[in-house]
Amino acid sequence: MGVNEVTEPGPGRGTAPTGGAAPSDPAGAGGSGQSRSSHRPQAPQTSEPAPLLRMTGIEKSFLGVRVLHGVGLDLRAGEVHALVGENGAGKSTLMKVLAGVHRPDAGRIELDGAPVRFEHPLQAQRAGVSTVFQEFNLLPERSVAENVFLGREPRRRGLVDGRRMTADTEALLGELGIERLDPGARVRNLSVAEQQVVEIVKAVSRDARIISMDEPTAALAGAEVELLYRLVRRLRERGVAVLYVSHRLKEIFELGDRITVLKDGRLVDTADVAASTPDELVRKMVGRPMSAFFPDRAAGAAPGPVRLRVEGGGNEQLDGIDLELRGGEIVGLAGLQGSGRTELAQALFGIGRFTRGRMWVDGRPVLPRSPRQAVRAGLALVSEDRKAEGLALNQPVLANARMVLDAVLPGSAGRRARRVPEILSSLELVARGLDQEVRFLSGGNQQKVVMAKWLATEPAVMVLDEPTRGVDVGARQALYTRVRELADAGVAVLLISSELSEVLGMADRILVLYDGRIAGELPAGAEEEAVMALATGRAARGAAR
Amino acid sequence: MSAQGTAAPPRPEPPRPAAAARPRRRGPSSTQLVYLALGIILVVGAVLLAMRGGNLFSTGNLVDMLTRSSLLGFVAIGQTLVILCRSLDLSVGYVVALSSLVAATTMAGDPARIPLGIAAALAVAALVGLANGLVVTKLRVNAFIATLGTGLIIRGYLDTRYQGPAGEVPAAFQVFGYSRIGFVPVSTAVMLGVAVAGILLLRRTRLGYHMFAVGGDPEVARLSGIRTDRTMIIAHVLCSVAAGLAGLLLASRFGTGSALVYDSGYDLESIAAVVLGGTYLMGGSGGIAGTVAGVLILAVLDTVFNVLAIDPFFRDVLRGVIIIAAVALYARSQFAKRASRVRFPKAGPGDRAAGRAPTRAEQEQEVRQ
Repeated sequence: MGVNEVTEPGPGRGTAPTGGAAPSDPAGAGGSGQSRSSHRPQAPQTSEPAPLLRMTGIEKSFLGVRVLHGVGLDLRAGEVHALVGENGAGKSTLMKVLAGVHRPDAGRIELDGAPVRFEHPLQAQRAGVSTVFQEFNLLPERSVAENVFLGREPRRRGLVDGRRMTADTEALLGELGIERLDPGARVRNLSVAEQQVVEIVKAVSRDARIISMDEPTAALAGAEVELLYRLVRRLRERGVAVLYVSHRLKEIFELGDRITVLKDGRLVDTADVAASTPDELVRKMVGRPMSAFFPDRAAGAAPGPVRLRVEGGGNEQLDGIDLELRGGEIVGLAGLQGSGRTELAQALFGIGRFTRGRMWVDGRPVLPRSPRQAVRAGLALVSEDRKAEGLALNQPVLANARMVLDAVLPGSAGRRARRVPEILSSLELVARGLDQEVRFLSGGNQQKVVMAKWLATEPAVMVLDEPTRGVDVGARQALYTRVRELADAGVAVLLISSELSEVLGMADRILVLYDGRIAGELPAGAEEEAVMALATGRAARGAAR
Repeated sequence: MSAQGTAAPPRPEPPRPAAAARPRRRGPSSTQLVYLALGIILVVGAVLLAMRGGNLFSTGNLVDMLTRSSLLGFVAIGQTLVILCRSLDLSVGYVVALSSLVAATTMAGDPARIPLGIAAALAVAALVGLANGLVVTKLRVNAFIATLGTGLIIRGYLDTRYQGPAGEVPAAFQVFGYSRIGFVPVSTAVMLGVAVAGILLLRRTRLGYHMFAVGGDPEVARLSGIRTDRTMIIAHVLCSVAAGLAGLLLASRFGTGSALVYDSGYDLESIAAVVLGGTYLMGGSGGIAGTVAGVLILAVLDTVFNVLAIDPFFRDVLRGVIIIAAVALYARSQFAKRASRVRFPKAGPGDRAAGRAPTRAEQEQEVRQ
């Protein structure tokens, strides 16, 4: 977790936190930094700030389907403006209109009161509107400084002035309060959070007055989120307007100044955060209260037979993993980023396999050495990175949904394959047809295809790694219901999530990982604090064992 | 914090907390690896020759190695530029042949026409490069096919137009091919000069930076305001011009232009040298310094095997093995980064200091597995 000053005093962190030790000194940013900020307009000091940017009556259709119906939005200098809504509500489209990726069919965009048209992302960037997308626009093989100044490398006597590039990057990082990022480090060696910092620094270095962020915390956890919060607040202090798209209500209430809610491509409301409550917000987004969010647990039903057992599992990242998953139960797996959550999922599935320990599926000893063996043994893994690992994006829905069957279980493919369309429709997949290419589906629908692919194998154990990442509130609920049904049908489910509310809401019991080991087990209904205590290494190992 | 600037000279200061949290886990770079390999091959070759009573570093052998490397060197330097841009050029062999003919026929034995001949040869080469670049960027034809196509077109022209050698190179120009300063042939010196210019281009000019960007991720480059097509076209032009230089060298050595040299395999051999030198075939990372070492390794092998008079078959086998081994090694040194994350080496708790999130590189590795 290189960038952030670690907030928990975990024994696993090598160094003491440097938090208050070196207050960042704006004067020390150097001459270049000051000259850069001198022509950046400061936030108006009036009590009723004039909007920096105003979008009115934005309309946009794709292939005859109207995605935005006359949406309006205004951004003030120095505010964090949360944009929420289900997937398909039009958030991404609105963001992309602002970024210059999509051209609106109708409507006006005014910047500082003057109408603008962005035909291309570059035009938007030059006007001071930068966007941090979920897929980073960074070159992994180049350094932080080279990425920040990409396309605008400073020159001296015709040659690129690498020294100044490094110094300016250092100064920018200092201004933003990021202390542990080396401008010379290669981006490929950075964590996701650090890469996000680089993206934001890049935007700031382009004198961005408006920065929109698409689910910036989707791939972060724990202290990394804190880092992002601080960065966003720092941007706000600098008079930047931040448009913040997120599915996490907690963040919106901690960070946001105003909230705009979209539903079905229409503007529902723009309100001050101070005057809103989470319940109210969810109702605006989905039209139902949050209490009905998670499906009921199987009331008092005794869990079935043990379907997965691991004893003393370990490899380079994991150690001493003992676990038992029973049919009919959902076991939550919580832990901070880097605690080994994904590594455990992958080890079970034969990817970063266990080098020690023993494992049984339905009583049969197996220690999968490849995903193929894992599938044969009855395991399924819905992986964290849907696009890279879960789907062949340019292949049709049906081919994706049958992929595992066709590849690994051809002997029984006939019967099971016939069930695939049925499974897809039971998941309420919304697609033009089974021959539509997966890349044209929304995130939630893509995830349904991934689910269908694994359900088709009729697994004994289903491992879900961040199944709701990038999936909207409404589709989440459907997914949760389906996962509960799956458990009720006798499958053992391991649910891995960096969203604590998800683990707490879904799981029948919770395992907490810390530094590659299972730090403890908690029953359903455990307190958030208890989980965090284990996850940060504050509580003793094996609390409830 | 404020004065962490790397512009300042390194200060021997008490612990900067950041330094501990940010271990620089840099293994040897691929360029260092390839020069190490070059050193090892030189030593092994010298020992082998010494056992037979020979001397690898005799003037004759040194000249032989360097002469061999200059011709492929020009081609491979150009090839590096296009490969860095995530393109490649299969037409270089034909460009070498074509430019040697253009030079020889334009000069026609007249020393006064030497500059004209050089200019004509390089201009023709540049035009081929321009065509390659335009086809790749504007018509969006895959570079493999595009340059194969232009190569075949040139081949057709050469085959019908020139049955044998043509043109004549004046003696004054043959100096380029045959004279030397000490044990360094002029052609090698020129090649090394071009290499230095290329390194400067890549490390110190915007164009060079943008080549890395275009090869690393064309979309990122485009969204950063880089004119990606222009960068790619320039890379192709420079690649062809470099091949044109090789053609000039060839003409000065043969004293005439030759169509048949396109069969000498410069296209694939130059790609092999580039990859051997540590440049990613998918672009975005690498450089010319490595390529020069790659070229030298191939040249040393040739010389050693020639002097030892070993069956050329074994030479080719060994070349193939070395190229594959090198690329496998680079892939491994990528993987080696993972080792720094080891927390539980064998059993029980090991080094706990590595409590950090997976890096992008590590995530990518996991995807690949």
